[in-house]
Amino acid sequence: MIAVALAGLRKAFGGHDVFAGLELTVLERETLAILGPSGSGKSTLLRCIAGLETPDEGSVAVNGEVGYVFQEPRLFPWLDVEGNVAFAARTPQERARVAEVIELVGLTGAAKRLPKQLSGGMAQRAGLARALVRNPKILLLDEPLAALDALKRLELQAAIRDIVRLTHATAVLVTHDVNEALYLADRVVVLGGHPATIVQSQVRNGVPPIDRDEILRALGVRLDAGESARGEAI
Amino acid sequence: MVRFVLPVALVALWFASTAAGWVKPYQLASPGAVASELGTLFASGQLQSDVWASVERVAIGFACAFVLALVLGSLAGSTRAARLAIDPTLQAIRAVPSLAWVPLILIWLGIGEPAKIVLVAIGAFFPIYVSIVSGIEGIDRKLLEVARVLDTGRLKLIAQVMVPATLPQLLIGARLGLTQAWLFLVAAELLAASRGLGFLLTDGQQLSRTDEVLVAILLFALCGKLTDMGMYALERRLTGWADTATA
Repeated sequence: MIAVALAGLRKAFGGHDVFAGLELTVLERETLAILGPSGSGKSTLLRCIAGLETPDEGSVAVNGEVGYVFQEPRLFPWLDVEGNVAFAARTPQERARVAEVIELVGLTGAAKRLPKQLSGGMAQRAGLARALVRNPKILLLDEPLAALDALKRLELQAAIRDIVRLTHATAVLVTHDVNEALYLADRVVVLGGHPATIVQSQVRNGVPPIDRDEILRALGVRLDAGESARGEAI
Repeated sequence: MVRFVLPVALVALWFASTAAGWVKPYQLASPGAVASELGTLFASGQLQSDVWASVERVAIGFACAFVLALVLGSLAGSTRAARLAIDPTLQAIRAVPSLAWVPLILIWLGIGEPAKIVLVAIGAFFPIYVSIVSGIEGIDRKLLEVARVLDTGRLKLIAQVMVPATLPQLLIGARLGLTQAWLFLVAAELLAASRGLGFLLTDGQQLSRTDEVLVAILLFALCGKLTDMGMYALERRLTGWADTATA
């Protein structure tokens, strides 16, 4: 089953095509990571899927409820963690899930705290809980860990992986961190070029197996002979 | 401690200059005379009546201004078309020094209560209106996007996002508006009044009673400070969530 299908997608800003003729499908329960250099249109692509941007050409088909996690937590500063999560709940069932998702992201003890009283990692967890409260079939993650320090990032990566498994959600993750993509994703695509297209696509457990160096080369990283790059983030 | 140095020095100077006879009582009453006048006015009930008359005018004028500013400010902030229809006219009116409206108000409304209340309302209206419009315009686009991605309905968007997001600005505007309201009250009561702190001022001036004038000035300061403190407390209580330096 297909969760997200993009066909012939074109989006332009100020007369310049960010991407054109882009084709991409995401299977149900798949975790797809989108890599690409800054300005390659990764976030714009995600925003098109979420309906935050309208494509100039092509179609976006999304099969199911979408949850969106932004790069910054974007919590409402006047609501505590619980209030922020409950904001997204529409039905009594969803409201009943508020405490559950707060526990899922590990914030039970901080449910009554205001955003200003949260650390960066906790705030991002609250943003994740808000996205999860509707039990979305598709989770869109727009560089959700970019603003965190290295240790917090590893911690939250593990949390995201567990949560995605536990909720059986389809996940589309935009990131600039190759290791994060390899850690979380079943499939990695690399956006590149002007306008951007998919220049590399690799599947975990596929044939041939996922090749980190190939991904790095597709991202334009120059690898010296006999030595693979140790660059963590591009 | 340092904050008390200047006021104490000023009172001491006031005391010394009147006690030593450097200034005549009709130019500046002594602290003792002011205190005794305060007691006399309180005992006769005139003080309470004057304070109440002024507070009532400020309260009604401010409330009218607040409601009107809330309605017009929200309209102007909500859509571009409404803003173009409302804002330029109000900005043009705002450019007129508000006291310049006094003659017209007196011609239209006479010298009764409505004229005073309208004058107070004019003074309070603009700071509130301007801060509501700028508050709505300043709402974080990123938070609105969150509401959009969650398909938030219009009513919920207004009640749970736009109102709380605008609240800090609105309360700052209301506080400025309240200060303006007291300012305009003085003007209104100086023109014509038989009750109120402004009346006490003119009465004292006509009788060369500087003790009465000083009592009125002290009470104006007290009322202004108390209402401002109340407004500030409300501001802190309602916007304690704001991640600011003082919060």
